[in-house]
Amino acid sequence: MKLTTSTISESSTLPAAAPTLPAAPVSSDEMIVFEDVSKFYGEILGVNRVNLQIAPGITSLVGPNGSGKTTLMNLMTGLLKPTQGLIRVLGISPDAPEALFQKLGYCSQFDSFPRGATAREFIEFYLRVHGYTKQETAGLTQAALERVSLVEAADRKVSAFSKGMRQRVRLAQSIAHNPSVLVLDEPLNGLDPMARAEIIRLFRELADAGMYLIISSHILHEVDMMSDSVVLLHNGYVVAEGEVHGVRDEIEEHPIQILIRCDRPQVLAARLFEHEHTVEARIHNDRQGLFVKTRRPDDFYLLLNKVITEQNLQVESVAPVDDDLNAVYQYLITSDGGQTR
Amino acid sequence: MSSTSEIKEQAVAAANANEPNVRRSERSFWALWTRQTLAILRLEIRKNFLSRRALLLYLIAAAPLGLLSLFAVFRMPTDDAGSFSQLSTAYAAVYGGLILRTLIFFGCAWVFMNLFRGEVVDRSLHYYFLAPVRREVLVVGKYLSGLIATVLLFSITTVGSMLILYFSLYPSESARYFAGGAGGAHLLAYLGVTILACIGYGAVFLLVGLFFRNPIIPALLLYGWEWINFLLPPLLKKLSVIHYLQSLVPVPMSEGPFAVLVEPKPAWISVPSLFLFTGVVLFLASLHIRRMEISYAGD
Repeated sequence: MKLTTSTISESSTLPAAAPTLPAAPVSSDEMIVFEDVSKFYGEILGVNRVNLQIAPGITSLVGPNGSGKTTLMNLMTGLLKPTQGLIRVLGISPDAPEALFQKLGYCSQFDSFPRGATAREFIEFYLRVHGYTKQETAGLTQAALERVSLVEAADRKVSAFSKGMRQRVRLAQSIAHNPSVLVLDEPLNGLDPMARAEIIRLFRELADAGMYLIISSHILHEVDMMSDSVVLLHNGYVVAEGEVHGVRDEIEEHPIQILIRCDRPQVLAARLFEHEHTVEARIHNDRQGLFVKTRRPDDFYLLLNKVITEQNLQVESVAPVDDDLNAVYQYLITSDGGQTR
Repeated sequence: MSSTSEIKEQAVAAANANEPNVRRSERSFWALWTRQTLAILRLEIRKNFLSRRALLLYLIAAAPLGLLSLFAVFRMPTDDAGSFSQLSTAYAAVYGGLILRTLIFFGCAWVFMNLFRGEVVDRSLHYYFLAPVRREVLVVGKYLSGLIATVLLFSITTVGSMLILYFSLYPSESARYFAGGAGGAHLLAYLGVTILACIGYGAVFLLVGLFFRNPIIPALLLYGWEWINFLLPPLLKKLSVIHYLQSLVPVPMSEGPFAVLVEPKPAWISVPSLFLFTGVVLFLASLHIRRMEISYAGD
């Protein structure tokens, strides 16, 4: 497989491989570079001895909560300072925000907005801080709102928005100045399936246009759908990095677990078992939901839509179950033909 | 006039071609910094005047006006010229004891400490830190916004309280005093001291707000330090804002029998000294903010 893994002890002694490097030689000024970067919060480890070179395209940082994804993003954007090591984003140090943020946009997880601001005002406020004129600001704001399909709600107060809409406002704000590098911390959180698909399509368009997208996620299925390469983090260490195909092969072999909250889980379970890739179906304790393990999420979702329509089921939500992720990490980390611990 | 879509296309094309970067290198940094400072000012002034936090500032600034108005309602006007001469001393006590040392002090503490600390609590500071703005420009923009809010409100307090005190007790004498006597000069001097107090205290509290997660205790310690200034040896007196302001007040307040007396500094020393002190404090704030991290953990 193409996935490169490294154990915790290896990562502290060996330079990390850089499978994300494109075939043609690329200057480090055209990459996002982490050289032996560590960050400690007092005695608590954030990330340790990270060596990465990130090329254009979509790179996903994957790991459970506390693995160091957000720390890595905050280091890259200068919100945190490394305890040791060197970071360069297209040759620019994160210590020079005046240069860095002309090229970089960061959609963080912090869900806060100025009181009383509309979506348009919020984006315009910070574009003016960039130094754009009023006319430039108006045009860039409109374009950003269109990109995230938020034009109709643009003049409503953000405080009245749903979580998914607020997420899209933050996304619009981070891409409004058309950066070359876009850093997104769990950007799909709170979005409904249709919005997720739209946003993933937008990410793909941006990546195809030559942008660098660094996305954190703990939902491997989404990572698989959109990423060119992945960086797998665990307890502050980079344990694996590589092209997504390697991870995809592994994911396809490993079932993912999905929770469907609906009114008649028994009916749903009976129908889903007709699908050959359904590994397991278990009714939730409150009898209002069904846990399903499947090896083919794409086929599963198609089947689910069909069953819902045929059986007229009332579905409240459909979501991957996070608990399953740890199992996948363990699977990825430990199933590499003896390369890993 | 261009349509919205034309404007949008022009802007997107400009951004795609990195035109703003090119233009920025062509125009002077000062022009960019001025534009960014004005943008920060617009945002921050709105917060300083319209946020919920502004309510306390309004209450603090209005307190002496309310108290003196109540005092005026329950006192009959008189034209006793003998008592009128004592009014300047009475106002000096009100201004020095209540307005300058307490209300302006705590008003500035509230506004300036919240410039950064408030944003950390609201989890919104990262929006500024993620913009292509020198952090020194951010300090200046935020400081000026706090200055505009406090100077405006406390100037109204200073002028309003003086006029209410004088005109409610001695209307005709006061009219002559402000029109042709020393009243106008005194009023301007008090106004000047108010502005300088906002400048000095503002810088101090901006710095305090950057360093302390809970700035209330340092604010109270500073309050004590300012109050015991009259007891301090001459060298230590210089490390306080009140030291520079006292010599500028037109009617000096008695500091009691235990005061360590020093020669009042002339305005040409006091005013530049206060500006120098403010500059040093803002420089320290700028140094600190360049190294500042945001995690919001525990805030």
